[in-house]
Amino acid sequence: MAMTVDSESSPAPGRPKPGCAPSGGSAAAPAASVGALERELIDFVVREARLLDDKRYAEWLDLWTDDGIYWVALAPEQTDGVHHNSHLYEDKLLRALRVERLKSARAYSQQPPSRALHILQTPTVEASDAATQRFVLRTSFHYSEAQGDEIQSFVGTASHHLVREGDSLRLRLKRVDLLNGDAALPAVQLFI
Amino acid sequence: MSTISTMTATTAAAPSRYRDRPEAIRALVEPDRVHRDLYIDAEIFALEQEHFFANTWSYVCHESQLKNAGDYVTLEIAGRPLVAVRHDDGSVRVLMNRCAHKGARVVSAPAGNTGKFFRCPYHAWAYDTDGSLRAIPLRSGYDGTRLGECESSKGLVAVRHVESYRGFVFCKLGDAGPGFASYFGASLTSIDNLADRSPEGELEITGGCLRFLHACNWKMFVENLNDTMHPMIVHESSAGTAKAMWKNEPADAPKPMAIEQFVPFVSDYKFFDDMGVRVFANGHSYSGVHFSIHSGYSGVAGYEEAMHAAYGAERSAEIMKVARHNTVYYPSLTIKGAIQSIRVVRPVAVDRTVIESWTFRLKGAPDALLARTITYNRLINSPFSVVGHDDLHAYRAIQKGLHASGNPWVSLQRGFDPGEVGPDEVTAPGTSEISMRNQYRAWLQYMTATMPDGDDGR
Repeated sequence: MAMTVDSESSPAPGRPKPGCAPSGGSAAAPAASVGALERELIDFVVREARLLDDKRYAEWLDLWTDDGIYWVALAPEQTDGVHHNSHLYEDKLLRALRVERLKSARAYSQQPPSRALHILQTPTVEASDAATQRFVLRTSFHYSEAQGDEIQSFVGTASHHLVREGDSLRLRLKRVDLLNGDAALPAVQLFI
Repeated sequence: MSTISTMTATTAAAPSRYRDRPEAIRALVEPDRVHRDLYIDAEIFALEQEHFFANTWSYVCHESQLKNAGDYVTLEIAGRPLVAVRHDDGSVRVLMNRCAHKGARVVSAPAGNTGKFFRCPYHAWAYDTDGSLRAIPLRSGYDGTRLGECESSKGLVAVRHVESYRGFVFCKLGDAGPGFASYFGASLTSIDNLADRSPEGELEITGGCLRFLHACNWKMFVENLNDTMHPMIVHESSAGTAKAMWKNEPADAPKPMAIEQFVPFVSDYKFFDDMGVRVFANGHSYSGVHFSIHSGYSGVAGYEEAMHAAYGAERSAEIMKVARHNTVYYPSLTIKGAIQSIRVVRPVAVDRTVIESWTFRLKGAPDALLARTITYNRLINSPFSVVGHDDLHAYRAIQKGLHASGNPWVSLQRGFDPGEVGPDEVTAPGTSEISMRNQYRAWLQYMTATMPDGDDGR
C-alpha cells in the first residue's frame, strides 16, 4: 500500500507515493529549496529523538498537533489503533500524563531513573504534499533503555506524519513498528 | 594446569531439598503465611511443572480462535509444548506438539490452519487432527520391527482432560485431581457474566494479544489480582496523576475514557474494603462482590437497548449490575467480565513469567464497547503501561528482597480467620488477604497430591 499524507491509520511504512518526488518539491522548484525542505523534515525527526534522549519532555510535548497520536503498534499489518490492541496509542492527555508521572517521587519503577538513546538511520521522505504542507518520513532506529545494570534494546521503524502549522512543523502521528512487536516484551518505560 | 578430573571433583550435585520430600513442601505453607522458597527456589519451580501444573486445570485458548476445522494455536503449559486444534467433528483437541517419531515439534507457528492433518516437517509423519497416526512415508521400512507395539505408532499424545465452558477451553495434563465442574465450582459465574454481557451470549477474541515479560515468579502476579491494599500506593504516580490532572475540569466535562479507567485505581481503603472478596475451593477468587473499580463507567449508546432486546429488562439489569474486579481461575486464567478482557499466566522459569492479555468483542454489542476494552487493555496491560511498570517494579522488588536473611516468611495475615479454612466458599471484606491464603492451600494440595509419600526423615 502506498503511503499518502492523509493515511492516518496507514500500516507499516510502504514505498513513496508514485509521482511524489522524494523531497516533495515540484520539478520546477529550485534545487536549493528542495534540499532545504528535506533538510528541515529530517532535522525535525532527529530533534524529536534528541529531545526524548535528553528528557526535554516539555519541548517534546510541544512538537505535537492538538489531535496528534503517538502510536506503538502491536502488529505490522495493523491499521486500527482503536479496535485493535497496541502497545501505545496516546493522545495529548495521555502523553502529558506519561510526562507528568515521571516527575513524581512515587514513580517507583523509575528508581533508579532509566536513560534512553535513539540511534537513527537517515530518515527518508516517503510522501510530501506542498499544497497541504503534509509530509511523511520513515526512519529505522535502534532504541535502548538502560536502568541500573540492565539494558534493553529494541529495533524498528518509525513513521513521522508532519504538518506545517504557521511557521512550525508539528507531529500529527508518530507510528512505531517494532521488529518484534508481537514478542513477549519487557517493560519499556520511556519514549521509543 | 587444570585437568578434567579436578573439575569433576568440585562439581558435586547439590542435595535435593524438596524432590521426594512432600513433608518439606508441606512445611512451606502455613494457614496465614508462606515460605519464600515458593517464589525463589528453582527446584520448587521444577516440581510445580511436574506436579502442580499437571494436577490443576489450565486455560488453553478461546474457541473463537478455532473457528474452522484444522484451525490451531500452539502454547506451552507446564513446559510441555501443546497444540490445540479444531477436529473435523467440531470438538477442540489438545495434543502434545511432539512428533511420535523423533520428537520434533510438529507445529511451530503461534496459530494457523493445518487443513485435514498435521505433517511433521522433518520426516513427514502425518497425523489426523485428533492426533492419530495417519501416514508414515515408506512404511514398509518398519515391517518386522516392534514399532506397532510402541508409543511411536500411537500418534500425537492427546491430553485426556479437555473441557470447554462458554468458549473457554481448559485442560488438565495429568489424571489426578478433580474433574472440571468440581474444580471450578461456583466460580464459573464470572465466566457466565462475561459471556452473558453479549446480547447473543457469545464472545469473540479479537485485537491481538499483548505479551508482557515479567522478571518475577508467576505467583506475584496472581496474588496481586485481588490485592486491594496496593492500588492507591503503587499507582499513585499514574492513576493519582491522572486524577490530579483532571480535578480542575468542570464536573460536567465529558470524561475521557482514560480518566474514567485510571482514576478508580486510587480509590481509598474503604472503597476497596467495601468491594468485598469471595474465595472458592481450589484457589479461585474474585474481588468486587458488591461493586468494583469498573462500576462507574458511563454507558455506551445502543448497548443497553441491545441487552434489553435480548434478555428483557430485568435479566439484563441483573447481568449489568455484576461488575466484578478480577476473577482468578487458579492458577492460569484471570478475567475481567466488566471489561471483557482476560490475562493468562504462562510461567517460564522460577523468575520469569509471560502475561498474555486478550480482548473480546461481545457479539451483538456496539463497537464502542470493544474500543473501551482495547483502551483498558493498553493502558493497564501493555509492556509500555505506566500502571504495569509500577506493578512489575513491586514484583521484581519481592523477587530480589526475598533473598534477604533473617526472615524467610511472606506474611498473608491481613484479615485471617481460622474459620475460613475448610468451607467451599467464603466472602470477606475486600482488603483481606484471604484470596492469597486460599491460593496457597490449593497450591499445597495439588503440588503434593501426586508425590510419593516419601519419608522426609532428615
